[in-house]
Amino acid sequence: MAGAAPSRLVGGAAARPPSAPTEPPWVRRLLIAVALGFLGLFVVVPIAVVIDQALSQGLGVYRRAVTDPAARDAIALTLKVAAIAVPLNLVFGVAAAWAIAHFRFRGRALLLTLIDLPFAVSPVISGMVFVLLFGAHGLLGPTLREHWPGLTIIFGLPGIVLATVFVTFPFVARELIPVMEAQGAEEEEAARVLGASGWQMFWWVTLPKIRWGLLYGVILCNARAMGEFGAVSVVSGHIRGRTNTVPLHVEILYNEYNYAAAFAVASLLLVLAFVTLAAKRLVEHRARVVDAAPLDAAPLDPDAPAARLVPTEASP
Amino acid sequence: MARRGPGALPGFGLALGWTLTWLSLIVLVPLATLVWKSTDLGWARFWALATSKRALASYQLTFGTALAAALVNLLLGTVVAWVLVRYRFWGKSVVDALVDIPFALPTAVSGLAITAALAPRGWIGSLLADHGVRVVYTRYGITIALIFTGLPFVVRSVQPLLQQLEPELEEAATMLGASRWQTVTRVVLPAIAPAALTGFALALARGIGEYGSVVFIAGNRPMSTEITPLLIMTRLENYDYAGATALALVMLVVSFALLFGINLLQAWSRRRGAAA
Repeated sequence: MAGAAPSRLVGGAAARPPSAPTEPPWVRRLLIAVALGFLGLFVVVPIAVVIDQALSQGLGVYRRAVTDPAARDAIALTLKVAAIAVPLNLVFGVAAAWAIAHFRFRGRALLLTLIDLPFAVSPVISGMVFVLLFGAHGLLGPTLREHWPGLTIIFGLPGIVLATVFVTFPFVARELIPVMEAQGAEEEEAARVLGASGWQMFWWVTLPKIRWGLLYGVILCNARAMGEFGAVSVVSGHIRGRTNTVPLHVEILYNEYNYAAAFAVASLLLVLAFVTLAAKRLVEHRARVVDAAPLDAAPLDPDAPAARLVPTEASP
Repeated sequence: MARRGPGALPGFGLALGWTLTWLSLIVLVPLATLVWKSTDLGWARFWALATSKRALASYQLTFGTALAAALVNLLLGTVVAWVLVRYRFWGKSVVDALVDIPFALPTAVSGLAITAALAPRGWIGSLLADHGVRVVYTRYGITIALIFTGLPFVVRSVQPLLQQLEPELEEAATMLGASRWQTVTRVVLPAIAPAALTGFALALARGIGEYGSVVFIAGNRPMSTEITPLLIMTRLENYDYAGATALALVMLVVSFALLFGINLLQAWSRRRGAAA
């Protein structure tokens, strides 16, 4: 259920005055020590272990492990899967957020819960449902094979993409809904009044408004899409060079007792995690700066939305 | 049905239509297939498969370790959130960023890393081995892996609420003569309790379904260190779809119940947040 924690893009912090009551210094120090000890043991040690193990046999082994043809195929497949799955969920996320944030309709709360479902389901089950649907003995499998004999869904790219789309389903929608709710729709309404068509309004008003929230959702969605293990493991069949994603390749190397190579490839995913977190920080920072900008703070200025409708005339 | 009258905002039909179509295709139909397949089994067969000895042992292990890990995270996650919101210390922004690592790191990598650290020759495992303690391939190892994967939930649930808490509330308590301990336990903790419980439930739900970070450290011996998701995987690999379906349905029902509970908790938490 990664990412189900509340969004960090909405809601500001009230600064505590220095006079606020606090704990005695020894309590403060003790609590800080407990928190740092906990995070050190549970987060820093695993990171350090990955780096240590990856380089344990020297740089030569590391380089060979990450440039090995099977590793390259795995990287290519992982990139391909993310390149398909993320845009699909991006479009869904924008549509869902638009409907849920700006309209009130019956079943809205139920819809919100249903969007969250994939976070609540075990990754193994997320992959398994597609085997039950499209597998050789699945609900649709035999029919599909009859009509499209060449099509492989399970143990092929379509199955991996489906499982990935399922596990990353809520990310973009969940980030965008609070952002859109907080921003309101006054600017969109003004654009409509001034004669913009629906799509003009979307491209020139909505999209620029939500861009940071959108990027945030995409970053989280992409990290999970590239790193998913359980669901993809069920549907992939672990065919080397064909259906092996990077996390699955790591598992295979580990099970072959090729520890240095396994951790070398795993370190690529560690880099992905760091890049994800850095990008996330940057977006959080940008979103706060944008929130504070006068342009967004003055939606009642009648010239502002019109100016942004026609980008060439937009003021600097 | 538009909030500001019909015609004010366009695209409701298209947006909702696409949302429902995509939701049905990707989530609802596949999950319904699982439910439908299990009705194929018939009640007696389903019950026999879902309550086999091996299945019961796996539930006990899965729920027990997930519960223990979520409890540890409830306690220590609240401390981390408290420290990050209330105190200033060197390197705080780095520490805050570290909290997100378990979300960002693929589960297979965290599983391997934790196993390597706790293995008898690993950094922490060797220290434990000196005292005759072994955690890899035991339920304690599984719990440690689940503490890692669930770590951000409580912290990230409690943090925003603690930030929004009005300092006046505590000042008033102090001025009325409450000790610091009384203020914290009677004023602050009740205010953040719903958020902390939400984080706890999220960590629990995540722990129950977790696969990638656990398989490497679990040892996967039937009846003793075999978690339910792994048992499902084993059944699938043996083409025992009936057995896998029965177990998956049990897990699905538990997950839905937890999701329902989390929604209630979040609604409660929001009301608390608005009242504070």
